[in-house]
Amino acid sequence: MTNLEKYNEAFTTTFEITEDQLANLKYQDIEAWDSVGHMSLIAALEDAFDIMMDTDDIIDLSSYEKGKEILSKADYGVEF
Amino acid sequence: MTFDEILSIPPYSLGREQKEKMLTERLVELTELHRRNCPEYAQMLDSINFDAASVHSYKELPFLPVRLFKELELKSVPHEEIVKTMTSSGTTGQAVSKIFLDRATSSNQQKTMVKIVSEFTGSSRMPMIIIDCPSVVKNRAMFSARGAGILGFSIFGAKKIYALDDDMKLDVAAVQEFLEKFKGQKILLFGFTFMIWQHFYKELLRLKDEGITFDLSGGVLIHGGGWKKLISEAVSHDEFHRRMKDACGLTHIHDYYGMVEQTGCIYMECECGHLHASVFSDVITRRPIDFSECEIGEKGIIQVVSAIPESYPGHSLLTEDEGVILGEDDCPCGRKGKYFKIDGRLKNAEIRGCSDTYAAKF
Repeated sequence: MTNLEKYNEAFTTTFEITEDQLANLKYQDIEAWDSVGHMSLIAALEDAFDIMMDTDDIIDLSSYEKGKEILSKADYGVEF
Repeated sequence: MTFDEILSIPPYSLGREQKEKMLTERLVELTELHRRNCPEYAQMLDSINFDAASVHSYKELPFLPVRLFKELELKSVPHEEIVKTMTSSGTTGQAVSKIFLDRATSSNQQKTMVKIVSEFTGSSRMPMIIIDCPSVVKNRAMFSARGAGILGFSIFGAKKIYALDDDMKLDVAAVQEFLEKFKGQKILLFGFTFMIWQHFYKELLRLKDEGITFDLSGGVLIHGGGWKKLISEAVSHDEFHRRMKDACGLTHIHDYYGMVEQTGCIYMECECGHLHASVFSDVITRRPIDFSECEIGEKGIIQVVSAIPESYPGHSLLTEDEGVILGEDDCPCGRKGKYFKIDGRLKNAEIRGCSDTYAAKF
C-alpha cells in the first residue's frame, strides 16, 4: 500500500467516510471529525506510519491537506 | 494583541509588571470585542456606564458571575460558527453552564493547555492511563467538563487506556498488561480526585491484601476537580500524597484548578504544592463586602481572567470559590506569576467540579 493509500485509509476508516469526501476536508466539517474523532485520527495515523507526533503538530493538523504537509516534515519523513 | 503572540511567551516567564501590561492590553481588547458582538454583554456594560478608556489595569475590568452562563446563552459569534458547546459538571437536576466555542477559541484552549502542562511533564508524549470510564467522552454533541478534561489531557497520551470500566470498576488485567508493556517508561496518569481515591486508590489497597501490587514510581499523576468529598473523609492534600505513595509508589503528583468557563487556562500545582497562574490567565482574590482586592495572604472570593475567550464573554469571571494568594513571582519552584491555594466553595454555593459532583452520589 502506498503512503497516500495508508493516509487516506486512516481518514476513511476513522470517520467512516468515502475517499471522494477527502479533498478539502477540514476539522469540524463533518460530525465524526470533532475533538474525539481527532484523537482517533491521530492514533490511526501514528499506527499506520509507526510515528509519534508532537503535540503542536496534533493541534495544527486541521485539514486533510494540512496533515499531508505535517507528515512530510523531516520529523516524520512520510513521502506522498 | 493577538492570542498567537501571547502563546509564544513561555508560561511562567513574566514578572508582575510585564504580565499586568500584557494582560491589560489583551483583556481590554476582549472586553471591547464582546461588547460589540454579544448584545447581552453590551447591555450589562452600558448599565454600569463602563468606559474602557478609563481602565489602567485588567483588575478594573468588570467580572461576570460564573452562574450567569447557566441562566443566559452568552455568545459573541454567529450560531453557525459554534463548533462545540461545553457544559459544566453539575449534580442531577442542577442547571449547567453552557459555553459556546468556535474553531479559534477551541483550538487556542488546547494549545494553551499543552503549553502549561508541558512545563510540568515535558513536551514529549507518554503512555497514558486515564482513571475514568470510556463512556464519559461518548456523548459528543454535548461535552461535559469531565469529558473535556479527559480529552484535553489525552493529547499527552501516546498510547492510552481507560483504567475503569463503565461500572467504574478497575480493570486490573488491562492495567497490569499496560504497565508490563511500557515498563521503564514514564507513564502519565490522569483523573479526577475523587474517582482516583474511590475507584483506584481503594482498589489498590484491596488488591495489596491479595498480593497484587502496581509499581507506578516512574509515573506522573495529574488530578483535579475538587477536594470536597476527600476533605469530608478527612483526607488532606498531604495525606493523599502519602497514601498514593504507599499504595503504588507514585510521588510525582500535580493537582490542578480550572473550570469549564475558562478551559485551557488551568492552574497547575508545582513541586512546592502551590497552584500557579500562567501568563495566559490570572487569579484575583476579592473581599466579599465590597469586592476590593485582597492582600497577599488574605482569604477572598476568586476572580479569574483568561486571555483566550473570543467566542463567549467569559474572559473575566467571579467564581464561587474562596482562596488565598500566597505570593507573586517568588515561589521557590522558580516559576513567576501568582501562586495560591483554594479554600473550598462559598457557603451556600452549588456543588460543582468533576470530582465533587460525582462524589455527591456517595
